[in-house]
Amino acid sequence: MKLSPLNRILLLLTCLLAAYQVVDGINGLENIPIIAYTIAFGVLLVACLLIIILGLEVLNSRVVVMFSTIIPLSLSSGLVWQHVASLRTAYLVFAIAGYLAVLVTRSINLPIKLSTVILAVVHGVAGLVVFLLPSILAARGETHPGFALIGLGGAMIGLGGLLLYFLKTGRPIVSREIILSILPALFLLMTLSFVAGFMLS
Amino acid sequence: MMAVFNLFRTKFKAYLPLIKSLQTGLLLATGVAGYMSAHGPLNLPLLLSLAGSLFLAISGSTILNMWYDCDLDTVMNRTHNRPLASGTITRREALALGLVFSLAGVGWSFTLNSLYGFVVLAGLFFDVIVYTIWLKRRTSWSILWGGISGGIPILAGRVLATGRIDLVGLLLMMAVLFWIPTHILTYTMRYFEDYQAAQVPTFPSRYGFEGTRAIIALSAIIAAASIGVAGVMIGIQAGALRLMIVLSAGLLLLSAATVFRPSEQVNFSLFKYASIYMLASMVLLSL
Repeated sequence: MKLSPLNRILLLLTCLLAAYQVVDGINGLENIPIIAYTIAFGVLLVACLLIIILGLEVLNSRVVVMFSTIIPLSLSSGLVWQHVASLRTAYLVFAIAGYLAVLVTRSINLPIKLSTVILAVVHGVAGLVVFLLPSILAARGETHPGFALIGLGGAMIGLGGLLLYFLKTGRPIVSREIILSILPALFLLMTLSFVAGFMLS
Repeated sequence: MMAVFNLFRTKFKAYLPLIKSLQTGLLLATGVAGYMSAHGPLNLPLLLSLAGSLFLAISGSTILNMWYDCDLDTVMNRTHNRPLASGTITRREALALGLVFSLAGVGWSFTLNSLYGFVVLAGLFFDVIVYTIWLKRRTSWSILWGGISGGIPILAGRVLATGRIDLVGLLLMMAVLFWIPTHILTYTMRYFEDYQAAQVPTFPSRYGFEGTRAIIALSAIIAAASIGVAGVMIGIQAGALRLMIVLSAGLLLLSAATVFRPSEQVNFSLFKYASIYMLASMVLLSL
């Protein structure tokens, strides 16, 4: 499916926002969150560039699952490191082990159910952390209320992931054309929420 | 008055494709980035003079290349619509325009700084005499000289800012030199039949497609490494360095895909990505 000029602009804006976040949005943090957020926004940036270059067909590639898992995992690792000191190491181990498990189960011939369960657990936990942690912290007044925008971004990335999952399994909720045409806007809104959330935190 | 204006507009429209505006624009951006990489006090008149002189010299050498390669362009599908090959402009006109632009560009460069002038002159010499006239029809390795001349604008920009040829300038030049194969070699694979028809020796015809892909990947890696080392030596901001690492990782992944999962789509994406990468790196070096 060819990208419309509007979708190209939306993806380009997403790239610029992600680039801004890597360059300027995470200065002054500890090393681990800086690395985690750089990976998250870096993968988002390169992915959007590749979609601009190759079109939305690139989402059909088998490696998309492997790369798309990096974003919530690294984002959640950074958030946990910054805000839940008691779970820092445990969550980091979960993130690294979880990602390796996704890589291994996607690379070798295993029963489809097992690889899907592992992906759902790893992706699901990471997605929930990105959605819930900023929302809870903002609701408790421990951070600026705007920090909840990161949770909103997490909800959007979850929605995007679900749409892609159903598309890939051949059981799309809405038509393929609709999913692919709203994805660039969803990417931009998600990135905007993340960047605004970090800016306000 | 209107007739003169219309004549000027018609000529301008005909001449514009002669300078390959995208390629010239990108090389000009590298020149400005080379100047900005010194992070000295901003001298706007000097920066504008750099842009003007480089624009004239780069455009001049591009026009002279097109003038000399007119016979090749005529037999290649990709280029047979160019103004000289299609007959929109005469060879005499193109030669005159190319010489005027080149002389003006080099002359202007010497008035700014003699070392800068020599570097710009060297770029023109390597591009027109060594690459186009001497080697292009003889050996596939001519692109090395094409690459060196492509790396001259960034070195020239740095020279104008610092007054000398330093290691950073040479690394930046090397980055552009190794970026250029991703551009040219992708074209030579994509338009393989064209180059065969024109009997221009290319890497795909000499080393095969597989070998050429490996060379493209290796070049991209060396280009990324060179610009990364130059960035560290310049002392660019931590954030800019992070972004450069991210973009380099994307380049390395695509390079690996070119070798291990080759397809025309992957090749073309590396070609496009490498151009975006180079432009982004130039902006980051200037920050």
